[in-house]
Amino acid sequence: MENMVNVYFFGKKYSVPGDLTIMTAMEYAGYTLTRGCGCRHGFCGACATIYRIKGKNELKTCLACQTQVQEGMYVASIPFFPTDKRTYEIEGLKADQRVMMELYPEIYACIGCNACSKACTQSLNVMQYIAYAQRGELEKCAEESFDCVGCGCCSVRCPAGISHPMVGLLARRLTGKYIAPKSQHLEKRVAEIKEGAYDGLIEAIMQKPITEMEELYNHRDIEK
Amino acid sequence: MFTESMLESIRKVEATRAQRMGMEPRRMSAQEKDELLKAYHPDYRPDGFKEIKIGPNKGQKAPCELTDLLHSNSRLLQEHIDLNKVDYDVDVLVIGGGGAGASAAIEANQAGANVMIVTKLRIGDANTMMAEGGIQAADKENDSPVQHYLDAFGGGHFAARPELLRRLVMEAPDAIRWLNELGVMFDKDADGTMITTHGGGTSRKRMHACKDYSGAEIMRTLRDEVINRKIPVVEFTSAVELIKDDRGQVAGAVLLNMETGDYLVARAKTVIIATGGAGRLHYQHFPTSNHYGATADGLILGYRAGAPLLYQDTIQYHPTGVAYPSQIFGALVTEKVRSLGAMLVNRDGEAFMHPLETRDVSAASIIRECSTRGEGVETPLGTGVWLDTPMIELLHGEGTIEKRIPAMLRMYLNYDIDMRKQPILVYPTLHYQNGGLEIGGDGFTKAIPNLLVAGEAVGGIHGRNRLMGNSLLDIIVFGRNAGKAAAARAADVNLGKMNLDHIYSYAEELKQADAVHEGVSPLLLPNYARHERKEK
Repeated sequence: MENMVNVYFFGKKYSVPGDLTIMTAMEYAGYTLTRGCGCRHGFCGACATIYRIKGKNELKTCLACQTQVQEGMYVASIPFFPTDKRTYEIEGLKADQRVMMELYPEIYACIGCNACSKACTQSLNVMQYIAYAQRGELEKCAEESFDCVGCGCCSVRCPAGISHPMVGLLARRLTGKYIAPKSQHLEKRVAEIKEGAYDGLIEAIMQKPITEMEELYNHRDIEK
Repeated sequence: MFTESMLESIRKVEATRAQRMGMEPRRMSAQEKDELLKAYHPDYRPDGFKEIKIGPNKGQKAPCELTDLLHSNSRLLQEHIDLNKVDYDVDVLVIGGGGAGASAAIEANQAGANVMIVTKLRIGDANTMMAEGGIQAADKENDSPVQHYLDAFGGGHFAARPELLRRLVMEAPDAIRWLNELGVMFDKDADGTMITTHGGGTSRKRMHACKDYSGAEIMRTLRDEVINRKIPVVEFTSAVELIKDDRGQVAGAVLLNMETGDYLVARAKTVIIATGGAGRLHYQHFPTSNHYGATADGLILGYRAGAPLLYQDTIQYHPTGVAYPSQIFGALVTEKVRSLGAMLVNRDGEAFMHPLETRDVSAASIIRECSTRGEGVETPLGTGVWLDTPMIELLHGEGTIEKRIPAMLRMYLNYDIDMRKQPILVYPTLHYQNGGLEIGGDGFTKAIPNLLVAGEAVGGIHGRNRLMGNSLLDIIVFGRNAGKAAAARAADVNLGKMNLDHIYSYAEELKQADAVHEGVSPLLLPNYARHERKEK
């Protein structure tokens, strides 16, 4: 038999192959997952999990799909966490410091404990991006929070009740929409298409027989 | 951590790297590609397919696992659903909470319709979230929608429906503009020029990206917008059957609360199927890059109600799935890794193909390398070839990998593999359903009035193979279109008496054809718990 390890799902002991992830180990143990399972590849944040290794006091957070089981792991998944997202109309907002003060004033209650960064399953510097948000440095907040998958482990640990992923998300939307420079070539092409500049050309290519299309395709020039 | 035999092969890859850096491997001729596909692409393996015995596509082939589900009965056959007890009553019912469903809901809401999303997991639990590489749009000076059309049409083996492909390429720049206006952070230069790269089979650099979180960045923005607009989202609730009325129009869906097991009735003037793909059916036992809920539910619902499928026999295997380590087996290694210059290299350090052939050709080529040519690297779960990632840092400078493909770097570092210094092992993974339900240029199915389909559940947009970056594009373009079209249509719809007659007549047809498969469909969730697994 392969190398087996003992893990505890919600306190109950199971013996599972040691090369599995927490997620596949739960399935090996017999769980049919509905909550706590999404993309299974580390992008969606559905499988936020807390664990502690038997005999150690440190409480750790992770994504169940991206973390290998270990001997003596006590595991509890977080099927849902009530993050506090404020609703707003993106069209009416201004990308400045005030927007954070109005929508997420609790960020100013941060006590600097850094528990959020320690809990981050993506190893992001969460406290730093909250600091950027406090100062109205939205672009920096957006960059620093960019890889956030919204699992919510930071918010679970925050003594100030901050919903960090929502703060990062707001900063990114404001950056994408208002702060990043406009793409002139994009605006131009959208206008050209709207004016019908390509209508005739697209009609023409749609009507071409397959043999001619094969010829065109196989001999098209490819940008270096 | 690589094994000793892998490390030995890595030394051969390193030995040829300098010489490979200076050359571009030859692209295959049309005839070479054709022969390669026929000999090695999984779509050409007869034992992977079975004949569909009833319904609009009777006599055609589909992957065995899909055919089995099409031949299974409705779970409602033995239930008594009271259709007079309506739990939700809306203009537009969107089934599926991925990129297509969210786009549709936003546009329907914008048009003033009463729209609701129902999704079996959470909104955003979808393949959209996992799309890494980018989204195509012909918005640069040297490019045009016509060039985009040619690339996609040829890459899809000249099988795309022209009226669908036209919409895809012509509405692409506006899709990017729409996303940007919603706040999606595209990679741009200081002057606002979009940073665009090649994908396999593109003739112009038109791949727009948000690092390698392109789909995630798009999905989390769309989800945020859906919530801001207070569009109702009923999560952990599956649509298990469409409801029709006595005039044959679609009239809503029967829903299943995934947690309590309760059935609910949603009445709707228009229905949009945006249920995504089928990777979790594991065709031909391939691993998959898809999310947990990708079980082809919408195809089953639509087909049982009488909507035909198109190209249901063509599947996309992404050439570069993770072959090692086993914990992330089958996960996607974005095509952007090759766009940035990493070569595909066999165990002897030879670059056996041009890294930017189309996905079907690349997948077939890797399968050939690992099978008849015996040039694959052995892994605990099979074989793989090298994707020479350190080349990226040599070509574009140190730090490029961290900046442009941070998700890939993080995924491998979790398992002590530093892709900046060592190449990674890849093998094709089940990635995308090229086929799906057939729609017209307006987004509606032709067979069932007021039923629309958007996103991966559609067949015919891409033909028999899809180019990188055209799927994120199609969910936005066809999702937006479906939302607008459904909202407009809903104003004119009068519903008659609702019924589920079609599930009984389908059951009767299955019985007559002696084709009944055990179990019920749609599948909803894969059978991964150990006691549910069929031994393979």
